[in-house]
Amino acid sequence: MKYALGPILYYWPKQQVEDFYSAAVNSEADIIYLGETVCSKRRELKPKDWLGLAKEIADSGKQVVLSTMALLEAPSEVNILRKYCENGDFIVEANDFGAINLLAEAKTPFVCGHALNVYNAQVLQLLVNKGMQRWVMPVELSRDWLMQLQEDSRLLNIRDQFEIEVFAHGHLPLAYSARCFTARSENRAKDDCELCCINHVNGKPVYSQDDKELFTINGIQTMSGYKYNLLNDVASMQDLVDVVRVSPLGDSAFETLGQFKQAAENNIKFDLQLDRECNGYWHQIAGLDTLNA
Amino acid sequence: MELLCPAGNLPALKTAVDNGADAVYIGFKDDTNARHFAGLNFTDKKLDKAVDYIRSHDRHLHVAINTFAHPGKLERWERAVDRCADMGVDAAIISDVAVLDYATKKYPDLELHLSVQASATNVEAINFYTNNFNVSRVVLPRVLSIHQVKQLARNTDVELEVFAFGSLCIMAEGRCYLSSYLTGESPNTVGACSPAKFVRWEETQQGLESRLNGVLIDRYQAEEKTGYPTLCKGRFNVDGKVFHALEEPTSLNTLALIPELAQAKISAVKIEGRQRSPAYTEQVTKVWRAAIDRYRQDPERYQVEAAWNKQLDQLSEGTSTTLGAYHRDWQ
Repeated sequence: MKYALGPILYYWPKQQVEDFYSAAVNSEADIIYLGETVCSKRRELKPKDWLGLAKEIADSGKQVVLSTMALLEAPSEVNILRKYCENGDFIVEANDFGAINLLAEAKTPFVCGHALNVYNAQVLQLLVNKGMQRWVMPVELSRDWLMQLQEDSRLLNIRDQFEIEVFAHGHLPLAYSARCFTARSENRAKDDCELCCINHVNGKPVYSQDDKELFTINGIQTMSGYKYNLLNDVASMQDLVDVVRVSPLGDSAFETLGQFKQAAENNIKFDLQLDRECNGYWHQIAGLDTLNA
Repeated sequence: MELLCPAGNLPALKTAVDNGADAVYIGFKDDTNARHFAGLNFTDKKLDKAVDYIRSHDRHLHVAINTFAHPGKLERWERAVDRCADMGVDAAIISDVAVLDYATKKYPDLELHLSVQASATNVEAINFYTNNFNVSRVVLPRVLSIHQVKQLARNTDVELEVFAFGSLCIMAEGRCYLSSYLTGESPNTVGACSPAKFVRWEETQQGLESRLNGVLIDRYQAEEKTGYPTLCKGRFNVDGKVFHALEEPTSLNTLALIPELAQAKISAVKIEGRQRSPAYTEQVTKVWRAAIDRYRQDPERYQVEAAWNKQLDQLSEGTSTTLGAYHRDWQ
C-alpha cells in the first residue's frame, strides 16, 4: 500500500504552501498531489510556481501529480488546464471530463480524481484506454461498492492496468457551485470576494441550529463538517486499495500519514471523536455517521 | 427554441402536450432515473400510452436515464436504453459514460442527449462527450452565467439545452453528495436528493422543526412559511449568524432571458419538476408557451408580462424566483 498527500484544498498563503511542501518531501508520503483544484481566483501560486514546486519535489524521489480544477467554466480556466495537461513532465489528476479530453489528446497519463462521476468498471475500462493509471474513488462510495467494482474489473481484465486510491482522511469535498459560500457568509459578492477564503486555513464551519458541525464551506466547495477518518479501516484495505489519500489540514497531515502507516501494518485501533470525525461512507451508511468497529 | 416540459405520470404528460410543450421528458419507474420517487414515473404499459399520445400530437418524447450504473448492475441501465430504442423515443438523456458507450455502439440512430447530471460546464468537457459518443445535445448545469452560456454556444456545434424554470439546484448537478452525506442516498446513487422517507416535522418550544435523517435543517416561527427540507435550503449558523448559508428556498425563473437565449441559438428551454403535479405542469407550460410565442411574433418588443411572473411565483418554492447563476450577482 502506498500513501498520498492530496492537493491542498484550501487557500493558503504562498509561504505556508512552500513550507508545507518543504516538509512534505521528508514525510511518509509516496505520492504528492499539488495544484489548485477549487477556485481559479486563488493565485498565491501561479502555474509556473506550481510547476517549479513539482520539479523540486520530484527530485526527492516522490511521485508528483498535478491536480486540476473540478469546476471549469470560463475559457481562461480551460486555458490554464490545457497548460497543465501539456506540461510534458508530470502526470495529471483530472477532476473534470474536459481535462480527460485534453490529456488523451496530449497523450499524458492521468489519475482520474474523486470529483469525476465514475461509478462502474465499464467507465474505468474506457478511461484506461485513454491513459488512466489510477482512479480515486468518488468519496460517497463504500467498501462494498468498491469490492463489486473490483470484481467487475477482473472480469474485464483491466484490474492490473490501474491503481485504486481512496480518500481516507480530511474534510470530504461534497459539492461544487457557481456561488462562493465563503464570500456569501461575509456578505460579499463573488466578484468582490477579496479572496476572503485565505483567512480560513481549513475552511469555515457551518453548524445546524442545534450546534451540530454540519458542513465546511471552502469557497465554491461545500465539504463535510466532520473529518472523514478511515484509520480503523485501513488494515482491511489490503488487497483492495493501492493508495490511501490524506487531505492536508496543515502540518498535522504528516503525523496522520504516519498513523495510517502504523494502523495498516500493526492493525492498531484508534478512538474516533464522534462529534468531529466520521467514516460512514466507507461502511455504506450516511456519510456523517460513524461505525466504531 | 424547443419548450421541454416534465412529466412524472401520464396525466402530466397529456397536460404538457395539451398546453403547448414541444417535447416532454419522462423517466422509467426504477433507479435509472434521477426522480426516483414513490408513485412517480412510467411502467412499460404507461410508456406505450405516452408514446401514442406524443405521436398522435406530433410532439417529441425524451427519456431520462440519468443516474450512474452500479457495479454489477449495468444491465439494468442497458435495458433502459433498449426500451428507448424499441419504443422509438426521440431522445435518451444519459449521464453515465458506460451507458453512453453502450447506446452509441448498439443504437447508432438513437438520439442521445447528455444529461445535466454529467456536469459538462466547459467546451472541453462537451468535446469529450461529443468526440467519444453519439451526443447531439448537451443539457447545461445551472452553474453558468448567461455570459458563459453564450460563450459556450459560440464555441460548440452541439445543441445546447438550458434550465428555464423550476427548483434551483445550486450545486453543479451530478457533483453534489450533500444528500448522501446526511442520508446515505444521493441523486447519483439512488436517484433522489433529500429523500422524503428521511423527512420529519416536529413542533418544539423553539418552533416547528424540519429534520432530514435526524439532522436539523430549519426551524420555523408561527408566522413563517415552511418549505420542504432540501438540505441546501436550510438555515444554518455561520459565524454566530443563522441564515440560508447556501441558498434561500427560491425557484429559477428565466422568462426575462428568452431573447438572449434565443439569440444565442439555445436549442431548448427545460422546465424542471417531474415530481410536481399535473396542475403545475399545466400552469408552467401555458406561461412559457405564451412567452416563447410572444417573442417569436415580435422579438424586438418582447417584455415579460407581470401576469406571467405572478402565475409562476405561485408555483415556486418559497413563492419567489431568481435568475440564479445566470445572473452574476447571484454567484
